[in-house]
Amino acid sequence: MKNNFSTKTIVATGLGAALFLVLFMFVKVPSPVPETNLQIAYGVSSFFAALFGPVAGLLVAFVGHALSDFIQYGSPWWSWVVASGVSGFISGFAAKKVSSAVEEGRFGKTEIIFFTVWVVIANAIAWILVAPVLDIVLYSEPANKVFIQGATAFVVDAIVSVIVGIILLKAYSATKTKKGSLAKED
Amino acid sequence: MKIKVFSYSSLDTLIHKMSGLSKLICFLLLTTAIMATYDIRIIIGIMIFSYAMMKISQIRFSQIKMMLIYVGIFLVFNFILTFLFAPKFGVEIYGTEHVLVNGLGNYDITVEQLFYQITKTAKYLSVIPLGIIFILTTNPSEFASSLNKIGVSYKICTSLSLTLRYFPDVASDYNTISLAQQARGLDMSKKAKTSERIKNVAAILVPLIMTTMDRIDIISNAMDLRGFGKHKKRTWYAAKPLRKVDYIGILICLLIFLLTLWVRFFINKSIYYNPFI
Repeated sequence: MKNNFSTKTIVATGLGAALFLVLFMFVKVPSPVPETNLQIAYGVSSFFAALFGPVAGLLVAFVGHALSDFIQYGSPWWSWVVASGVSGFISGFAAKKVSSAVEEGRFGKTEIIFFTVWVVIANAIAWILVAPVLDIVLYSEPANKVFIQGATAFVVDAIVSVIVGIILLKAYSATKTKKGSLAKED
Repeated sequence: MKIKVFSYSSLDTLIHKMSGLSKLICFLLLTTAIMATYDIRIIIGIMIFSYAMMKISQIRFSQIKMMLIYVGIFLVFNFILTFLFAPKFGVEIYGTEHVLVNGLGNYDITVEQLFYQITKTAKYLSVIPLGIIFILTTNPSEFASSLNKIGVSYKICTSLSLTLRYFPDVASDYNTISLAQQARGLDMSKKAKTSERIKNVAAILVPLIMTTMDRIDIISNAMDLRGFGKHKKRTWYAAKPLRKVDYIGILICLLIFLLTLWVRFFINKSIYYNPFI
């Protein structure tokens, strides 16, 4: 456990959630569908999830979303907050391959595909399954309304998480020293 | 962009005197109670209770104005959407149909549907003050310590208090970078196209992530040097011991919670309160 949840992971989780919160509240790019925004913040949660694993991803998205709801609406809309957390958690399974590669300055085709697959799966489970079901169970919302909302959220959030996540991971991996970049001189 | 959130100010009121732990318990009890019921009598009761608590904790209207506007927009939008997607949901629930106004096709306005939607709106309105009270009267570090007390690992609590501590810093970083990029000619206003704006957000996001990653390194090194995470337990400077007012508060909220459950399971025998039969 100690290695899995090191001090760096704890701090990254804390600051990641702060970053998620800032973006969630202040950066809203309106999408073509009325009353929905492209939440750039989900790119940040998938970035932290891919680097620091499922628990970090879960907390970044869950805490960030819950706090933003607290500040903006007074009370969190728990079903969607939990769904955010789930999307962060499952995206975190990408960390297995991506994390160590990025730390060595590699973020190539294999990593991109691996990352994309996990993020899409994560968003599908979170928005098509978890969010609508919790909406019905916790809030007794009408079923067809929540499933349409969920499906829209899935498309929008999956695209944003993948694109923004890849841009960020690419940029971050470029700052890392590549393995074997130094050769011994004869 | 003004950052005036978490404007915790230490006032001398009954609510401020309660420890973060008991406020957290009360918040969870009351919000769960609201979630577990669709009985408008209970909802109105809790609503009156929570607005009274807000009065006691001396929260000013100006502090929550923005919040109320956001919530208002959300509620109106939710109200319309519910009607569009499920105009007969109320009829389904309550089993009777009293048509008020005949509408197009399925879209008749029925008393049942109105009752259902008003109850739902009241539900949301009644939990808002609870969250506001909790955020505005609780010291962030004390909140982390109280989470630790109810059994959350202290590492997670530390990460949460780091979030609260660094939120303003990250926000001001974001602001600085955004202004710097705008000075270089980036259009962040509504005039730019959506695709253009996404690209521009990326131009802010990349430097922001880099500074954040640097900061993560600095903080985690500092914490490692001070031996963070060596032991299984930690103590908290900000922890407050529970006092009489805490026990009374928890007791009141517990009673409301139990009353809600009792009404749900023994009086209404369902989540809905049905005045139509």
